[in-house]
Amino acid sequence: MTLKNPVISADHLTVSVPEGPHYFFQPTYKLDILIDVSIAVRPGEIVSIVGESGSGKTTFGRALIGLMRPSGGQISLDGVALPDFSKGSFRKVRREAALLFQDPASSFNPRQRIGAMIAEPRRIAGQGGMRRNDLQDLAATAGLGSSLLSRFPHALSGGQARRAAVARALSVVPRLIIADEPTAGLDVSVQGGVLNLFLDIRDRHDTAFLLITHNLAVARHVSDRIVIMYLGRVLESGPTAEIFRAPRHPYTRALLDSEPVPDPKRRRAEPPVIGEVPSLMNRPSGCEFHQRCRIARDRCRIEAPAETPFADGHTVRCHFPLDTPAGVCAMAAG
Amino acid sequence: MALAAPDITTRAASAEPGRIFRITSTLRQVVSTPLGTIGCALVALIVLTALFAPWIAPYSPTAISVKERLADPSWSHLLGTDQLGRDLFSRVILGTRTAMTVALVSLAVALAAALPLGLIAGYGPRWLDAGLILVFDSLSSLPMIMFALATVVLLGAGLSTVILVIVIYSVPSYARLIRTQTLSIKARDFIKAEQAMNAGLGRILFVHLLPNVIGPLLILACLDLSTIITLEAGLSFLGLGVKPQIPSWGNILSDGFAVIRTTPLPVIAGGLPLILATIGFTFFGEALRDALDPKLARESRP
Repeated sequence: MTLKNPVISADHLTVSVPEGPHYFFQPTYKLDILIDVSIAVRPGEIVSIVGESGSGKTTFGRALIGLMRPSGGQISLDGVALPDFSKGSFRKVRREAALLFQDPASSFNPRQRIGAMIAEPRRIAGQGGMRRNDLQDLAATAGLGSSLLSRFPHALSGGQARRAAVARALSVVPRLIIADEPTAGLDVSVQGGVLNLFLDIRDRHDTAFLLITHNLAVARHVSDRIVIMYLGRVLESGPTAEIFRAPRHPYTRALLDSEPVPDPKRRRAEPPVIGEVPSLMNRPSGCEFHQRCRIARDRCRIEAPAETPFADGHTVRCHFPLDTPAGVCAMAAG
Repeated sequence: MALAAPDITTRAASAEPGRIFRITSTLRQVVSTPLGTIGCALVALIVLTALFAPWIAPYSPTAISVKERLADPSWSHLLGTDQLGRDLFSRVILGTRTAMTVALVSLAVALAAALPLGLIAGYGPRWLDAGLILVFDSLSSLPMIMFALATVVLLGAGLSTVILVIVIYSVPSYARLIRTQTLSIKARDFIKAEQAMNAGLGRILFVHLLPNVIGPLLILACLDLSTIITLEAGLSFLGLGVKPQIPSWGNILSDGFAVIRTTPLPVIAGGLPLILATIGFTFFGEALRDALDPKLARESRP
């Protein structure tokens, strides 16, 4: 793979929000939603962020374009770091990136027609309105019938609203599309349509994609690289094939194992993960996954693991990565 | 829109808030309830009277005729005359114009002032919001009559003073409503989407927030019209409003009050249109609210 400069890259990005009562003189404590997250997306690359609810994947997407204000780390656009996290800096990012919301219908003004809103990004960018034909072509690119352009958002189905959101994103061809749960709430056939649309856009414009999803099958189908997040931290990241062939982190392994297998004869011996996701208010000590990990040791409870690199940009945050001598020992003992 | 669309979609469409601009269908709904019909009829009567007052009134409302003071109703003076011999009917008709002028002008000024203030308070930074709320609360804590007295002493009685008092009195409540609406709407995804698209402040405020905020405001304003009309009449009755020679329902009431032992007619002539106007605008406002509220609309109509 030729390494082009990433369209966007986050280095050690941290997002924390004040939490607790806001009375005078009462200390408020910070709630860390993202800790030390480093993800880069290159042109034409599709990167999936996979994680359970509360893993911070949506926050990451929003922090990249400044809808959530990062409290630490760095964001770089085309290899140039943003000087600060001010509105002006994020304006530059927003010019290059489009965000597709998890609920596309709610991301349209309920009082405007779809057609007007699809043309809006161009108007904002100062490129003027769109002629009717151009608008219809754009809608057709996103697989949206031109009869839908005169409708109000509430009169669209889930899949149509999704396509309308894509069409709006495409009106000013963005170099990065951040798609938050792009397949949520869609029929499987429509899901496939949306994902193929993404691949098509990528092939045509060399657009980079950041897919935020909890659906491993979706991530596997389209993405070049996968990032596994847990409690606001990246636990494992690497090329899709590598992650699926040889997951290094016990959590990734558990996620893969928990994917349903269409085979009635295959029964699972035990649940792959123990218990529930811990609360962000009460982060576990040491490795944050240790309470739910099958191979956790004393060391995991005390010492937070550092990021360990493997070949091919595959990194793992675990003391006992699977398929390594340490991991095999731990597996045997656990 | 409803060419071949199945029933479900048309109904869902008509129940959405996106149709405030479809004025005719809304009006049809307003008229379809009994209260709405009464309200509409009264509002139409009052508005038409106010518009064509000089042509309806047979006499000048300020023409004094000492020979005919306190005349009984007759064909030449439909409601008789007051103690200065002025034709009561003409004064009532032109009083409608005074009432509507005060109401509409003060409402327009109040809305024009409250809209930006409310939007800024709701969308702007927190400290500004806190400051504006403090101002709104201080203003609405003023006792109305005392405040009116003080203003009249400072600026002198007159139409513009009445309007100023009413505006200052009503801006806080409108601004607060807009602020609350703005707060709830700015947290919604479509505003976040606009921010993510680099939309400017003006675009977000006026293209996206305002149309979603203004519906409830218009309903409140319509319901408030009756309050404002009563306020003007009350201030004029107390001598704090428009000048005595200007025809106003409050002035007619006040003049009539002085001669109530001789004839109740002037008091009735001044009071009845006031009652009708209040009822009319209240009914109309309530019917409008029901027609614009999708949830109420769906429950009350098949």
